[in-house]
Amino acid sequence: MSSRSQAASRKTGKTRKTAGVNNFVVKFANVNGSGSASANNLFAKAIFRMGIPVSPHNIFPSNIQGLPTWYEVRVNDKGFLGRREGVDLMVAVNEQTIVRDIESVIPDGFVLYDSSKALRPIRKDVNFLPIPLKDICLREFQHPGQRQLFQNIVYVGALAALLDIDFEILTGMISEQFRGKEKLILPNVHALELGYHYARDYFDCPLPIRLRPSRKARGKILMDGNTAIGLGCVYGGATVASWYPLTPSTSVVEAYGKYCKRLRIDPGTGKRKFAIVQAEDELAAIGIAIGAGWNGARAFTASSGPGVSLMQEFLGLAYFAEVPVVLFNIQRVGPSTGMPTRTQQGDLLSCAFASHGDTRQVLLFPSTPKECFEFAADSFDIADRLQTPVIVMSDLELGMNEHVCEPLEWEDARKYDRGKVLSGEQLEQLEEYGRYLDVDGDGVPWRTLPGAHPERGSYFTRGSSHDAMAAYTEDGNVYAEVMDRLARKFAGAGKVLPEPEVHAGGASRGMVYFGTTAGAIPEVRHKFDKRGVRLDTLRIRSYPFHDTVSRFIEEHEVVYVIEQNRDAQLKSLLKIDCGANDEKMRSVLSYNGVVISADQIQAAILADLPEIPEQEQVSA
Amino acid sequence: MSYIVKPKFHHPQLQKNDLGYTRRDYEGTLTTLCGGCGHDSISAAIIHAVHEMSLAPHQIAKVSGIGCSSKIPSYFLERSHGFNSVHGRMPSIATGANLANRELYYLGISGDGDTASIGLGQFCHIVRRRINMLYIVANNGTYGLTKGQLSATADLGSKTKSGEESRYDNIDLVSLAIDLGASFVARSFSGDKEQLVPLIQAGLSHRGFALIDVISPCVTFNNTPLSAHGYKNTWENNVVLSEIDFVPMRKEITARYSAGKDKEITLHDGSVIHLHKTGSGHDPGNRENALLHVNEYKKQGKIATGLLYINQDQSDFHELADTVNKPFNRLNEHDLCPGGEVLADINETFM
Repeated sequence: MSSRSQAASRKTGKTRKTAGVNNFVVKFANVNGSGSASANNLFAKAIFRMGIPVSPHNIFPSNIQGLPTWYEVRVNDKGFLGRREGVDLMVAVNEQTIVRDIESVIPDGFVLYDSSKALRPIRKDVNFLPIPLKDICLREFQHPGQRQLFQNIVYVGALAALLDIDFEILTGMISEQFRGKEKLILPNVHALELGYHYARDYFDCPLPIRLRPSRKARGKILMDGNTAIGLGCVYGGATVASWYPLTPSTSVVEAYGKYCKRLRIDPGTGKRKFAIVQAEDELAAIGIAIGAGWNGARAFTASSGPGVSLMQEFLGLAYFAEVPVVLFNIQRVGPSTGMPTRTQQGDLLSCAFASHGDTRQVLLFPSTPKECFEFAADSFDIADRLQTPVIVMSDLELGMNEHVCEPLEWEDARKYDRGKVLSGEQLEQLEEYGRYLDVDGDGVPWRTLPGAHPERGSYFTRGSSHDAMAAYTEDGNVYAEVMDRLARKFAGAGKVLPEPEVHAGGASRGMVYFGTTAGAIPEVRHKFDKRGVRLDTLRIRSYPFHDTVSRFIEEHEVVYVIEQNRDAQLKSLLKIDCGANDEKMRSVLSYNGVVISADQIQAAILADLPEIPEQEQVSA
Repeated sequence: MSYIVKPKFHHPQLQKNDLGYTRRDYEGTLTTLCGGCGHDSISAAIIHAVHEMSLAPHQIAKVSGIGCSSKIPSYFLERSHGFNSVHGRMPSIATGANLANRELYYLGISGDGDTASIGLGQFCHIVRRRINMLYIVANNGTYGLTKGQLSATADLGSKTKSGEESRYDNIDLVSLAIDLGASFVARSFSGDKEQLVPLIQAGLSHRGFALIDVISPCVTFNNTPLSAHGYKNTWENNVVLSEIDFVPMRKEITARYSAGKDKEITLHDGSVIHLHKTGSGHDPGNRENALLHVNEYKKQGKIATGLLYINQDQSDFHELADTVNKPFNRLNEHDLCPGGEVLADINETFM
């Protein structure tokens, strides 16, 4: 089974009876660099503020200005916020793509377009909502910039009428956004009103797809994963960030910097309790983080595929010399430059085995912004505890899109776990110190920091083969002992890593997944529940795998391994590490650059369930 | 590695420094380099320099890359932490280490392959970043560990032992460093301890990025009469642009300092450098002049050595980054974590 499920899911659009109150997909087709992003965000956030679960997705080009860009917003009162196939309302304001955009609308769906220019009618089975956006703005605004920008605000105003968005929420957000630049508030509100009144005057408002205030998203936050990681690094005690700009990881360090400038200034001196180095390349970025980690500061870098490839040699050094360091890999589509602005879970194997020789790296797999925050903070404890690199595997979908999730939390009593570091006083008490002596039997040795003691505890860190005292050795047996200890340390790492999340009710079939696939899973389960098909689920949150993972695979007759890459990388890793039976593991794969949908997963699993008669699909 | 363990014998009358340490307290393991290797002289000069300055060895962190040069931190300052990293990447390790604890002395050891080829990018950028450290290049114009290939610092026309001739212009690290804004740039010769020791002392005391490019002949692969990096050529063509004596902070002038000093420079830590006129007309306070002189002598086949350039007015990385005085590695959750209440406020902004 592979990703041919896309074909199956396309079919689902025809029979969908999904659209309704608090349940639809709106897609905006824009030109990038035209100011549409902030207007579209305004739209999504207003829905969120009405308490309705919403999931916006940016589908953007690797470009600064002039190319097509889309913003897809799913509204779902049940909280199913994975991507859904099919568009109920298309805001088609990009002439370059308008034909295809209109084609992607489901039958009886809606197309809002700029009628300042005539549109050749290309479909009869959709409803057109013509609004002369350009003409309205030419008439109402003098400034050329405003004439362009406010076209976006006008369509948001129209959508407010068409979909019943609380208008006061919209105007309130405008006031918030332009606090301090008050003279911009009035024209923005005016643009909203122009669209609102036009829609009220010319169309039947509201449409059958519309919004009703809800409590489902009340008390939650709408945040992107990279911001959450940046905050997690502040809370987790990171003081050194070294990086090289690379989409989609850039906003991690930007967020870290933004919060540090607010929260990490020494009140007495006004000086900074953090340092950010924009390095010359990713080799230097990880090198700086490793140098800082070696010297006892909490340090991280953030990157994506091409940068992580460059970091391989240093990751091997940190593994072998046992230096704590944290790398956030915000995965994008590879190989090579790939699709820089699209999402994928394609770096699983290259990160698990990063660098030459026998290496294994600790991986964490967050699936929500809240987990991004928690795992970011935890990763520093884990790296210190295990004295090894920790790679947090996020992706573009999680990192650069906003997601509804529970508010972030912090336990004030929490202390940083700095792991096994000997102080000068402790060294004073010791008879013998060896950097790589396994004194506790857990494979984790004790380290010392430069400057700790005038005469004791110094050692020579090296990527060359070394003995327990950190001295160079070419004795194969001594080398093997060190490698065996490292394997023991890795095997025991599970104790400090987040456990899998399991929903099991004795079903014979199960789904194993990780990261951003999680968005689709509640909906998949719901769809199968309705068909009377039970599926247990296990979400992997870390590598090396917890024992629970092997047990789950053993206990199920068939295990669907769902992941967003071509080569079934998680399945391979499960085979290698859990000795899982290849026969029972079936891959559900997606690698077209957009996050996997519940429809795709359902279609793929349905195709594997011959005993279930094909029926018309039941909507969520 | 040393299969032979170095004897721990101490001569009872070995001279002790202000900390009560003898030179033995600053030594490392037994060298594994070839007999006569210039790099061993550099190790000896470092031991001499640091002992004489009475620096506590644990206050120094040694960092290196890969190659013969980068092995030498094993052979000195055993009581200092050391980090032998990956090829050409010592500058990034040094940068990170320096960020984590600004209070230590950082001593980087690299070679010409490590710095001028694989690590040229990192070298340029650590100069730009003005990391407070002493960066020593043990420069022999050849790749020793891989048996004698030419390196990027080998002079045009220079020949290795196997007869291979360098057909490309060399990369001159001192000119490059001066051009990129290094605030202390010197060149020396491993065979000239009188010159090298005070340069190391001054380089360690200097606040900011200090480079000493040390011509350090490879006796096995690049010490022929036709090699620009051989002992013969270096002895014959060494032109001392400015000689210095170094007086550690709060110390009376007793050392090698002799009559004829022309200029006194007090470093930020209170140490003093005495500059001597050598008749070259060189002013190490003038950047353009320094570049001009180095290049003039190069054209004549000469090697300009000594303190080539010094600028004490430049800020180091920590000043530019406006970091707190307390080393980052001593900050704890109390210093770093904003706490739950602040997080609740942040949550509000995402509602």
